[in-house]
Amino acid sequence: MKTDILMVGVGGQGTVLASDILCDVILSAGYDVKKSEIHGMAQRGGSVISHVRIAETVFSPVIPAGSADVIVSFEKMEFLRYLEYINDETILLLNEGKIYPPGAAGGEEEYPDKLIEEKIAIFKKAYILNAFGIADNVFNRKVTSTVMLGKLASVMDIDVNIWKNVIAEKVPSKTVEKNLKAFDAGYNV
Amino acid sequence: MEKRVLSGNAAIARGAYESGIGLVSSYPGTPSSEITDNIKMYDEIYSEWATNEKVALEVAIGSSIAGTRSMTCMKHVGLNVASDPLMTLSYTGVNAGIVVVVADDPNMFSSQNEQDSRHYARFAKIPMLEPSDSNEAKHFVKLAVEISEKYSTPVLLRSVTRLSHSMSVVDIGSRENVSRKNLDVNIPKWVMVPANARKRHFFVEDRLKNIQTDYDNDILNLASEELNSKKIGIVTSGIAYQYVKEALPDASLLKLNMVYPLPLGKIKEFSKKVEKLFVVEELDPFIENEVIAYGLNLQRLDRSLMGELSVERVSKLFKNIDFGVLRFPSEYDDIDKDLPQRPPNMCAGCSHRGIFYAINRLKLFASGDIGCYTLGLLPPLSAIHSTVCMGASISMAHGIDKGSNGEYARKSVAVIGDSTFLHTGINGLINSFYNSGTSTVIILDNRITGMTGHQPNPATGLSINGTPAPQINIETLCKGMGIKNVKVVDPFNVEECLDTLKAETAKEELSVVITNRPCIFADRSVISSPYFVIRENCTGCKACVKVGCPAILWDSEKRLAFIDETMCTGCGLCPEVCKFDAINKLGE
Repeated sequence: MKTDILMVGVGGQGTVLASDILCDVILSAGYDVKKSEIHGMAQRGGSVISHVRIAETVFSPVIPAGSADVIVSFEKMEFLRYLEYINDETILLLNEGKIYPPGAAGGEEEYPDKLIEEKIAIFKKAYILNAFGIADNVFNRKVTSTVMLGKLASVMDIDVNIWKNVIAEKVPSKTVEKNLKAFDAGYNV
Repeated sequence: MEKRVLSGNAAIARGAYESGIGLVSSYPGTPSSEITDNIKMYDEIYSEWATNEKVALEVAIGSSIAGTRSMTCMKHVGLNVASDPLMTLSYTGVNAGIVVVVADDPNMFSSQNEQDSRHYARFAKIPMLEPSDSNEAKHFVKLAVEISEKYSTPVLLRSVTRLSHSMSVVDIGSRENVSRKNLDVNIPKWVMVPANARKRHFFVEDRLKNIQTDYDNDILNLASEELNSKKIGIVTSGIAYQYVKEALPDASLLKLNMVYPLPLGKIKEFSKKVEKLFVVEELDPFIENEVIAYGLNLQRLDRSLMGELSVERVSKLFKNIDFGVLRFPSEYDDIDKDLPQRPPNMCAGCSHRGIFYAINRLKLFASGDIGCYTLGLLPPLSAIHSTVCMGASISMAHGIDKGSNGEYARKSVAVIGDSTFLHTGINGLINSFYNSGTSTVIILDNRITGMTGHQPNPATGLSINGTPAPQINIETLCKGMGIKNVKVVDPFNVEECLDTLKAETAKEELSVVITNRPCIFADRSVISSPYFVIRENCTGCKACVKVGCPAILWDSEKRLAFIDETMCTGCGLCPEVCKFDAINKLGE
C-alpha cells in the first residue's frame, strides 16, 4: 500500500495535528510512515504543507514531484501551490471554504476563483465539501481539520475504528466527542 | 517493542532520556527548539533554558565535571556562539559524557545563513554523528554518550530541519540507570593554561587518530555497506541517504553514521568494489573534499551548494550517468508565483506592531535583531533595516552612531526583543554605555521567546516547566547599569511611542525605550472583545490597513476596511490610527 498524501492549508487550521493523527493511524494499521513539514518563522496565516508517506518501507520523508496519490486541501486555493506533486491518478479532497490571503484581503490581488475551477478539472477525481459549514454545524471552525480527516478516511482502506481511537487519544480531552462527530460528518458527506 | 511516530527532535529527546543523560541546558532556535521542549517532559532530567548557547554548553561542561551526563541543543548559528567553550572543551575532554546537538537549516527556512556545521567537527577535532531518521536520531544520542565517555571527547550530533521536523517510527526503550561519577578534580586536565593546554593538544590529535582507526576497523560500528550494482558506489550520510535510497535503489552504498572523522580506509575498500565512486551530501562538499584529499578516485558531482537535496535533485545529479533513475514529470503547472502569497506576518494583536508603526512614521533607520520582530521588515511597516545575528542590533546602532559622528544616531534606533537582549544584546548595551554612545535602543519586552515557540526566558517569571521563577526587570537592569534615559512605553499608544522616539533620538545621550505589552500567545488574558468598522464612518483612507494587521481586511468593491472578528484580539491599535472614529469595540 504505497500512498503519498499531501495535506495543505493555512497556518492555524490544524493541518499539523491532522497529519499527526494520520501518522498514528497508519502506524496502528501496521505500515511504515514518515511525515515532513516545515514550521519556524511565524506561520500563522502562512501556507502550511505536510507530506505523509505510507509504504512497507519509506525512505525520503518528502514526496517527490509527480508522486502524490491524494491532496487534502484544507482551504480552497491552497492546492494550487503544489501542482508539481500530482499525476494522472491523483485525487483531490477540497474544502471549498476560503481564507483570504493578505493581498487578496487588502484588495491588491484577486482570489483565484477561476483558476481553482480550471485546476480542479485536471484531477482524476475531486471531492469538494463545505468543511467550514459542516464544522460550524457540529461545533465550530476548529474541527474543520477533523471533518477533512473524515473525508480522507472514506477514501482510504483503513478500519474506521482505528481512526476514531487515534482521534480520541490525540485531540484535547474536552473536545473528543465533538471531533468524533466532525469525523463522522466528514466521512459521510 | 513499543513503537511511536516521533519527530527527529522528539526522538533526540527520547534518546537523551534512554541514555541516562541527567542535565540539558539549551537556548531555543529553529529547528532545534522542540528537543529541549520535549526534554522538559522527563522528570529524570534537569532541564533549563539558558540565556545563550555559550552559557548552555558551559552548564553542560560543569555537569560533566560533576559526574552527570549532559546535553545541549542549538541551531547552527547557536554553535557559533557556543564555539568558544567547544574549541577548548575538545582539549579538556569530559568526565561524564557530553552531547552537543546542532541543527542545520539547509534552505534557510528560518535562519539568517546556511552554514554547514560539519566544519565545526573538523575545526574542534571532535567526532560528529549524523542520523538519517528519527529512530537513528534516538539511537545516536546513546552512541554519542558512549563515544564521549570512551574517548573523553564532546560529541556533536548533527540534525537538519528535514530531520528535526520530520516524523518517523521509533522503537521505544527504557532509561539506562547510570550512577553519577565523582567530581573530576584534575588540574592538568581541566585548567587550560598554556603549559597544560600544550600537553592536551597532543591528547586531542591522538584521540582523533584513535577514533578514526577504530572507525576504520569496525570497532566503532558506524558505517554500513549495501552492495548492489557495481556500476555506481555512493558514499552518503544523514538525510541524504534517504534520498539516495529512493532515487538510486540499485546503487551500492556506504552509509556513514559518523561524518567526522571519516573512515578513509573503509571508503578506499568500498571504492575498489565499484566502477565509479561518488559522494552525495547536502550543502558543502565536506566528505567529498576529504575523500579527494585522501587521493581516492572520486567523481565530483556538479551540484549546487545551496538548499536542500531531494529525491528529484539526487536523480538529476545522475541523469547523465547511464544508470536507472526514477523519472519525474519534467513539466508541471508551476503557478505558485502568480498566486496571492501568504507571507509570514506578525500576528493579529502582536505587541510589536505599534512601535514599528511609529518607527515607520518617523522614517527612522532600524538596526534589527533576531526574533518575530524581524518581520517588521515587511511592508507596509518596512521598519527593519538590518539583521545580522543575535544581539547585533545594539552594537551596530552604536557603530552607526560612532561611524557618523553622531549624525545618524539622531535618525536611527536599535530594535531587539527581551530574549535576544538577555542572550547577547546586553553586552552591546554595556559597550554603548561605557563608550559614551548616543544611540536609542528599543527593547521589545513581550516577556517570551516568541518565534521559536514561546519558551520562557529570564524576563518571563516562569521556569522551563512553567513554575514561578525569578524575573529580570529590564528597566531596573538598564537603570542599574547607570543609563540615565530609560523610558517604558505602551506600544499600542501610538502618540506616546511617536513622542518618546522623537525625544529620545534627539538626545545626544544613550537612551533605552522599553515596550511593556506581553506576547498575545504567551498571555492570552490580554485578549479582549474585538473591534469592528462602522461602515458609515469609514472613508476608505486605508490608515488602518497600513498598520499591517492580518485581521484588518479591505473590501475592494465597496472601498471600505473591515475587521475579521475571529482574528481580532482587541489590542486597540487600529482605532488609534483612525481619524474618523470609524473603529469601535464590539459591545461598546
